[in-house]
Amino acid sequence: MKEILDKVQEDYEAGFVTPVEQDILPKGLNEDIIREISRRKNEPEFLLKWRLAAYEAWKKMPEPKWAKVIYPPIDYQAISYFAAPKKKIKSLDELDPEIRATFERLGIPLKEQEVLAGVEGAPVAVDAVFDSVSVGTTFKEKLRELGIIFCSFSEAVANHPELVEQYLGSVVPVRDNYFAALNSAVFSDGSFCYIPKGVKCPMELSTYFRINAAGTGQFERTLIIADEDSYVSYLEGCTAPRRDENQLHAAVVELIAMKNAYIKYSTVQNWYPGDREGRGGVYNFVTKRGLCKGENSRISWTQVETGSAITWKYPSCILKGDNSIGEFYSVALTRNYQQADTGTKMIHLGKNTRSTIISKGISAGKSVNTYRGLVRISSKAQQARNFSRCDSLILGSEAKANTLPYLEVKNKSAVVEHEATTSKVSEEQLYYLRQRGLGEEEAVYLIVSGFCKEVFRNLPMEFAVEAQKLLSVSLEGAIG
Amino acid sequence: MLTIQNLHVRIGEKEILRGIDLTVKAGEIHAIMGPNGSGKSTLSQVIAGREDLVVSQGSLVFEQENLLELSVEERARRGIFVAFQYPVAVPGLNNLQFMREAVNAQRRFRGEKELSSSDFLKKAQKVMHDLGIPQEFSKRSLNDGFSGGEKKKNEILQMYLLEPKLIILDEIDSGLDIDALQMVARSVNSFHNEKRAFLLVTHYQRLLHYIEPNYVHVLVDGKIVESGGKELAEKLEKHGYDIYKNQLSS
Repeated sequence: MKEILDKVQEDYEAGFVTPVEQDILPKGLNEDIIREISRRKNEPEFLLKWRLAAYEAWKKMPEPKWAKVIYPPIDYQAISYFAAPKKKIKSLDELDPEIRATFERLGIPLKEQEVLAGVEGAPVAVDAVFDSVSVGTTFKEKLRELGIIFCSFSEAVANHPELVEQYLGSVVPVRDNYFAALNSAVFSDGSFCYIPKGVKCPMELSTYFRINAAGTGQFERTLIIADEDSYVSYLEGCTAPRRDENQLHAAVVELIAMKNAYIKYSTVQNWYPGDREGRGGVYNFVTKRGLCKGENSRISWTQVETGSAITWKYPSCILKGDNSIGEFYSVALTRNYQQADTGTKMIHLGKNTRSTIISKGISAGKSVNTYRGLVRISSKAQQARNFSRCDSLILGSEAKANTLPYLEVKNKSAVVEHEATTSKVSEEQLYYLRQRGLGEEEAVYLIVSGFCKEVFRNLPMEFAVEAQKLLSVSLEGAIG
Repeated sequence: MLTIQNLHVRIGEKEILRGIDLTVKAGEIHAIMGPNGSGKSTLSQVIAGREDLVVSQGSLVFEQENLLELSVEERARRGIFVAFQYPVAVPGLNNLQFMREAVNAQRRFRGEKELSSSDFLKKAQKVMHDLGIPQEFSKRSLNDGFSGGEKKKNEILQMYLLEPKLIILDEIDSGLDIDALQMVARSVNSFHNEKRAFLLVTHYQRLLHYIEPNYVHVLVDGKIVESGGKELAEKLEKHGYDIYKNQLSS
């Protein structure tokens, strides 16, 4: 394979900065900062107490060290925990044109008559989060007619405090882990969604996260509740400017599926990955967990991870309801000096619960790509079943791939299957494809997209196109 | 079309081809015959442009262009096609998608408009129908889980879709039962015309019962030791390659 210089810096199309006046809290973390965030958002008392409890817990917790990722110590006092555009707006029409232009440039339309860039078909409702706050949500009215609540987290706190109080932290408790505790203390905004009983959400809902300000972290929460017999497909996208310093993104996502409900959650994560020397990039330390609370409920996670300097993320399912289903489909691509430690946890509690894990890791350059997954079958989970397949594909000779499956089976009736493969893009494959007239990069792209096919076909159409494009851009110059 | 002069080729330190001269004109069918290890496969791979082969001497010219300055894909786009002895599998890569990408890469090179999915599908379905290749080939992953015979048919399908000028069939008959061999031979014969040339690389004479060459060249120890018409193949069938071994050692 001939050496091709990595062109990552030119490749990261989302790496620009938007000039917009922002209101940024001073750097540092203490009780006063938390009170200030809560005050600015006019939060009810219960939420401030909850934040402070999380902060107390966080202070006592050690930062986790078990992941196969290496990074210098994070100075939590050197981060600003809140950044918001100065101009307050009441409706999307008043949105700062610079911010609107930012999302348009990223292919995210904030007008209701538009659809996602380059894709024809059904409209997509978007909640756009710019640094610490939601700057607008489309199609709110139309969704409200069906009883669907889709809004920023702040609005949900103001208008539906009872739902927030009931469900916030019910899947990911504040003490769950270090980054979840930090998020619980300082989270600034995010998306909220409630699908009432019997409603099948007629359009894709999506949140687009954009980090813009320097020296800040992004700490948002997403809470989705699908009531009995409901369905929702939810998409999430993320980008950030190209910067030399590292930025922290510590989000929490909680999903709750009641009886017969189905939540399909898809992510295309393209945070700035750092440059080809490994400078800069986002630290993506995220806790995502879904609770299949009712019988026959189903939660499906699909993720395409190409960005971030470090990814630490395990979208999981707690299969509590009998016959509930958890699914995890993942493509994680790392190159240059990127590090990804990602996977899932499937916790089987109910009877006849089923889970499927399909993970595809692609490592190029000097990157490290680790799959880490836990399948736990509790003693009461009669007839539980799990199928896991973890495949790693390595490009070049310096990239690393690890597969770390953990199994805890406490019920003898369980059927658990695990398959794992590690392969390289072979010279023979490249030679064959090139002999048919395909360039080396096209050939690598076709081999890798074939490798990822099982996951891509689980993405909604709108996202599959985006994911394919992202994959091809990320692979440019990834060989060598 | 193809002119090879005094071609010497090494793999690492080992010299595999030791001065090959060969001229192939449009419309001709040449058979390269030789025992195992004689350098037959190396000859086909050096024309295709395999990068681990080192050309230490000689020239390789295709339609007035110096092939030695062109990469594998650049040669392919100019109309050189190899039907491989062991086609490689790419799991997950749809067979037809792959072929469409390849056809369009070649069309782009020629400055032609790319074929849409539906136009390509129509074309491919017709070719498969004409060749007697099952339509399910279009749903499978490239060579993944294909039997030996199916792989060879898939090579022939690609040949028809890519419409190359110089076709190298590298041991196309190996591992084929008689029905598959007849199918492959029929397809090759009907693809052959005055604008295309074939290079049949084979150990056995069997294939030449079905595809009739204009010229037969005997390759032993990296050299062409005898060239002639198709009657030369019959001589080989009777006497084997041993007669040349003796000739070389003397």
